[in-house]
Amino acid sequence: MIPLNTQSCHADGSLLGEVCVTNDKSARPNGEYQSVTSENGIDVARWANELELVRREKSIEAFERLFNHFAPKVKGFLMKSGTDNAMAEECVQEVMATVWHKAYLFDPTRASAATWIFTIARNKKIDALRKQKRPEPEDLGWGPEHEPDQEDVIGLQQETERLGQAIANLPTKQRQLLERAYFSDMSHSEIAAATGLPLGTIKSRIRLALDRLRHAMK
Amino acid sequence: MMETIKHHVSDDLLMAYATGNLAEGFSIAVAAHVSMCDHCRSMLESFNALGGALMEQYTNITVADCAFSKTLERINACQSVSQPEKKLKSDFPEPLSDYVGHSLVDIKWQPLGMGVKQAVLETSEDATARLLYIPAGAEMPDHSHRGLELTLVLEGAFADENDYFAKGDVEIADGSTNHTPVAMDGKPCICLAVTEAPLKFRKMFHRLIQPLIRI
Repeated sequence: MIPLNTQSCHADGSLLGEVCVTNDKSARPNGEYQSVTSENGIDVARWANELELVRREKSIEAFERLFNHFAPKVKGFLMKSGTDNAMAEECVQEVMATVWHKAYLFDPTRASAATWIFTIARNKKIDALRKQKRPEPEDLGWGPEHEPDQEDVIGLQQETERLGQAIANLPTKQRQLLERAYFSDMSHSEIAAATGLPLGTIKSRIRLALDRLRHAMK
Repeated sequence: MMETIKHHVSDDLLMAYATGNLAEGFSIAVAAHVSMCDHCRSMLESFNALGGALMEQYTNITVADCAFSKTLERINACQSVSQPEKKLKSDFPEPLSDYVGHSLVDIKWQPLGMGVKQAVLETSEDATARLLYIPAGAEMPDHSHRGLELTLVLEGAFADENDYFAKGDVEIADGSTNHTPVAMDGKPCICLAVTEAPLKFRKMFHRLIQPLIRI
């Protein structure tokens, strides 16, 4: 059980649980991967570290930091996609609970925390708005002893930051087109090829990580 | 991983799948192909990265004060799901097994004549996904529809006048494609075929019954 340590919003204002977690600064990750915030506030390494703490140590502090950063983004994504406020709040809780439960599936050599959480939020959206099942590819889970290759982790983080920069540098119209494709129902054939984003480099990175993973699993 | 896959899912389809804008039936075929093909898996994960970057940079709406504590309540209410499930041995790629089970022997086939059989999957109505069993040397049935059609080879191979499709390959056709694929190599061919729903028929149906039921 996780101690419930935050103030609940029950009508009577009662506190749930007895354990109170202090803001223990020493519990913060001390930069396992070098964490540098780029100009537009993207810090891929930091959030990968926090997820790693959730995965390895079930750290509620790390989870709360992830929550504070990503929950509003998930809510924004859901509301832009057409859910109302109440449904978005409900879905955010489900998405973030899934982040906690499925943290063992997060693979920092193939996705950033933002990417991974996006896929969970997207699946929730399909479930909530369209009432459809979402078939997902077979997972390439890590074996029990497999540790992610640090070179792949750092490489993926650099490419993800490059992608973020490239999106920020797009002409506004083009970026809005992408947002429409991802946040609402829109035909994508017109934009798939037209963005000039460094998706090829990300793809090579992921491919490399997949090759190593396959090799390790043999 | 199969290095022999030559016919892949298009980037359009991968992006539609990544954005969540692809009908369930087509999504099964894309997910099944990606399960077999690292080339398409890495492209799909790149499209996911684009979605992640857009979500992180361009959306932000404050959540309710109690959202975090409510999330912890949810986590506590459901403690048993955090262990990886043991994978069952299956005749099909995992996303397909969720619909048809794990064993080829247990499929409830429906005969279409000349030894050809089909089994329609239960999905949303915007596309129809079916397993097809084509005996060695036999022709694929004419299941052409208006619109997009995806055929993923699961066992055996088929060929038409222009090309050869083996296990893991995907054929992408539209309504205008005119061909007669045949199961090759002296073995039966098992495919997953997905077609767009015949919307025109449905519209006509409504037009026909409208005067009767006065809607």
